[in-house]
Amino acid sequence: MELITPSYGLLFWTGITFCLLLFILAKFVWKPVLNAVNARSQKIDEALLEADKARKEMQALHAENERILKEAKAQRDEILKEAKEAATRLVDDAREKAKTEGNKLIESARVAIDNERNAAIAEMKTQIAQFSIEIAEHLVKESLSSDVKQKELTTKMVGELKLN
Amino acid sequence: MRFLLRTLLFFSALSWSTFASASSKTDEEGFNVSEYIMHHIQDAHEWHLWGEGHDATSIYLPIILIDNGVKVFSSSHFYHGKEVHLNNEHCFMGTGPAEGYALVHEKIYALEGGQLNIHDGHVTNAMPWDLSVTKNVLSLFIGVGILLLVLMSTARYYRKNGAVSPKGIAKFIEPLILFVRDEVAIPNIHGGKHVKYLGFLTTVFFFILVNNLLGMIPVFPGGANLTGNITITMFLAVCTLLITVFSGNKNYWKHIFATPGVPWLLLPIMIPIEIVGIFTKPFALMIRLFANITAGHIIVLALISIIFINKSEAWGALSVPMALFISVLEILVAFLQAYLFSMLSALFIGAAVEEDHH
Repeated sequence: MELITPSYGLLFWTGITFCLLLFILAKFVWKPVLNAVNARSQKIDEALLEADKARKEMQALHAENERILKEAKAQRDEILKEAKEAATRLVDDAREKAKTEGNKLIESARVAIDNERNAAIAEMKTQIAQFSIEIAEHLVKESLSSDVKQKELTTKMVGELKLN
Repeated sequence: MRFLLRTLLFFSALSWSTFASASSKTDEEGFNVSEYIMHHIQDAHEWHLWGEGHDATSIYLPIILIDNGVKVFSSSHFYHGKEVHLNNEHCFMGTGPAEGYALVHEKIYALEGGQLNIHDGHVTNAMPWDLSVTKNVLSLFIGVGILLLVLMSTARYYRKNGAVSPKGIAKFIEPLILFVRDEVAIPNIHGGKHVKYLGFLTTVFFFILVNNLLGMIPVFPGGANLTGNITITMFLAVCTLLITVFSGNKNYWKHIFATPGVPWLLLPIMIPIEIVGIFTKPFALMIRLFANITAGHIIVLALISIIFINKSEAWGALSVPMALFISVLEILVAFLQAYLFSMLSALFIGAAVEEDHH
């Protein structure tokens, strides 16, 4: 019976001790320890999240690099193409110009030749006229012998001249 | 494990000396096992170490009496006082400052005209208020001291290092705290209300655990059967009861006085049952812890007693391995009962603060 009879002396000390223990532990142990544990788990969560973010950023950066590289390549190709085109155009232009110039030269040469020829023809005509006069003079000198012959000759010569 | 073995060896050696002196004294009338076991699992005003009678080496604890003012004196004034036998009762008559008091079965009585009155084997003298620091009270102080030392150094670790991973003592204590939070409080008290009760649950868990383990140590500063004392378990159960009753919400009381889904004709039966239920739950807590720990102590002591009943050291070959087995089991029980008490407390509190789901 004694074994299951509570004793108030022990109850008194237990009450005081347990309440003090509860107060001290709640204030100085459970609260700071659980706070530290919670803060730690939050820190770990944040670190994990940050690592994830960093990895994603790295991936994004990588993709960006790839894109820039691709763009640069494309740009290079573009530039090369443009340069080639420009070169071709330049050459073509030069050729065209040369051709025009050449044509122009030829034309002017032709004009000059024509002019020379015309001048030559004119001079020839003058000379022929001169010769004709001389011939005529000569003929006139000979026509004293025969009028008919003279006339024939003159006609013939003039006709030949026209043909020329 | 090595510590345990050493402890047990020491235990057996100590029991040997204690029991040997006892058996030599009571040789003629035989070894009284039940008296010896009862003496070991009950409270006392001294902390017996070894030896018997007037040769005994004990720590004499202070007696505090409230009887026309506070009287404080050492219990040696009883144990080394006048020893008398009245009706086969072992009575210590106080001397010196203890004059006028007698100690019978660890209970203090005030003498009437220098006499003890005994009727039907019961002392009928008046009893002064006894607030002595008994064996169990001192064991309580030691247990709480160890608890504070260990837990404060854990808290200091976090205060010094901030939110870092635990090292040293914190590495051992933190999982236990988190165990109570994650396996005891959170699964039983829903809706984030566990925070309010976590302090009580963790304190109860550690209090029971450390005192269970202290009880497993056979010598000072252990050996007191504190958590196997009905006063302690009653106090803890009453704490749970008060917390349950005072945190009970409308839903909880509705389930007691108007249980949903029960025809109103049954309510005259149901209401008394439910009201009794409020008290049976903590009552079961009280009995469970008390019986488990006391039974453990009794079994170990009984197994060791085999040697002294048979008066042969050879029986040690049987009783020591069995006592060892039970002691190891008791270490499991120490953790298990601490867990069960806090878990069931959490369950009762959880039921009291549960919100209506209908």
